[in-house]
Amino acid sequence: MKYMLLMNYSPVSGVAPITEWAPEDVRASGAHMAAIHEELHARGELVGAEGLTGPEAARIVTHDGVGAPVVTDGPFPESKEFLAGYWLVDVESEERAIEIAARTSAAPGPGGKPTAREIQVRPVMGSRDVEP
Amino acid sequence: MTPESSVEDLLRDLAPRVLGAVARRYGDFEEAEDAVQEALLAAATHWPAEGMPDNPAGWLIAIAARRMTDRLRRDDARRRREVLAASRELAQRPPSVSDRDDSLLLLFLCCHPALTPASAIPLTLRAVGGLTTAEIARAFLVPEATMAQRISRAKQRIKASGATFEMPTGDDWSERLRSVLHVLYLLFTEGYAASTGVRVARSELSAEAIRLTRMVHASLPDDPEVVGLLALMLLGEARRPARTGPDGELVPLAEQDRSRWDRALIAEGVALVSAALPKGAVGEYQLQAAIAALHDEAATAEETDWPQILALYGLLERMTGNPMVTLNRAVAKAMVEGPAAGLALLETLDERLDGHHRLDAVRAHLLEMDGDAGGALAHYRTAAARTTSVAERDYLMTRAARLTAGDR
Repeated sequence: MKYMLLMNYSPVSGVAPITEWAPEDVRASGAHMAAIHEELHARGELVGAEGLTGPEAARIVTHDGVGAPVVTDGPFPESKEFLAGYWLVDVESEERAIEIAARTSAAPGPGGKPTAREIQVRPVMGSRDVEP
Repeated sequence: MTPESSVEDLLRDLAPRVLGAVARRYGDFEEAEDAVQEALLAAATHWPAEGMPDNPAGWLIAIAARRMTDRLRRDDARRRREVLAASRELAQRPPSVSDRDDSLLLLFLCCHPALTPASAIPLTLRAVGGLTTAEIARAFLVPEATMAQRISRAKQRIKASGATFEMPTGDDWSERLRSVLHVLYLLFTEGYAASTGVRVARSELSAEAIRLTRMVHASLPDDPEVVGLLALMLLGEARRPARTGPDGELVPLAEQDRSRWDRALIAEGVALVSAALPKGAVGEYQLQAAIAALHDEAATAEETDWPQILALYGLLERMTGNPMVTLNRAVAKAMVEGPAAGLALLETLDERLDGHHRLDAVRAHLLEMDGDAGGALAHYRTAAARTTSVAERDYLMTRAARLTAGDR
């Protein structure tokens, strides 16, 4: 079954933004994520994963189909939920998807303390049914 | 038939025989499987361009043996000498293989109980079905590198389990056969679930499941469960042309245009199951096939022999204890005794199938039959929100929309 694991930019209370972390903390976080990535690849579970640029580099486009499209430049301080990155995995069970999400959420933050960032686990449409 | 497709068919037919010969000679299934895959890829490029060799199996074995030698260059000298000796032997006396047994033996290995079906299925498709990693990856919509990793991990797990390239014996034999049939059944259902956009690749998985099951049947013609599984697949496959409408939408059994069912497949399936049933030792695939046969033999939905289907689901439920069987029995019960009886049976499933969309979907149907449009609507919507199949979601939403249209 395929699951999309989504991580948002939304601030986590008590954790400073990553741009303010010490270099070794940034490295530790990167190493944690790289180890997960490597494991997903080795187990044949990784379908795709990308990190996205921040809201500063984002544009929001709307079009009513008639006039010119409206393009708004970021950042968008009013929108709290902003996608930071995703993992698309094909795993044996929902438990495994949750396990991956939990490890991702426990990635170390400042001082090596887990950030406990929220990860959304979403079954992908069109994937195989879960038999009880 | 184009030259390419005839080469492809021949390669897929030869794949398990060549792998059987190479794995047996080297006593190393894991490496042999990679080597044969490379030989098949080489043949797929060379044969259509340069013409077919006189002895295609010998050609493949020779290439695979050379690949084995290349692969094992990095190994120690003793191992290398063994491999070289085996390669020479293979080149001088290409083995005449007992084809059927080798295919079966490979299935026993690829569907080893140490593997989950999700790893056994791709390994089976490659090692026994002769599909390429790229083709398998496409069918499951994952990158080729991911599928390659999954297959190589499955082989490592088989090696770690201590399984050898030998026929299982005694009690082990029937357990291992059960595991093979389960994997083939799941492969078939994988291809049977309508999935928009990739329907072609999916139906190929069902076709492959039928081809492999026919192969097992040829090796074990008297096993009643093998017969049952083959019949079940054929009877399901027969309805495929009527299962979806012009836009890929699901058409429920009762509304299918039965003139589009494949009569030849139905006749074959019915003949198989009729011959197997009196032999005794009734298993779950035979029962499921018998139920499928009753549906397929009804000229119209109204003529379906529901009392007989209800009785068969009762047997199947006692045999398997599977709640999905109970769900189907509830439908049959509603058809025989009325929706209230079916709904009462569903209540026994609330705990075991909590949150499963099929429970909501069946409940919605039975409530609709019972004239409770409001209740049906709520359950159709819950089921639609929970399913991961686009076709099924669209079907459930259409049913719900019919009910709201009726209100106005």
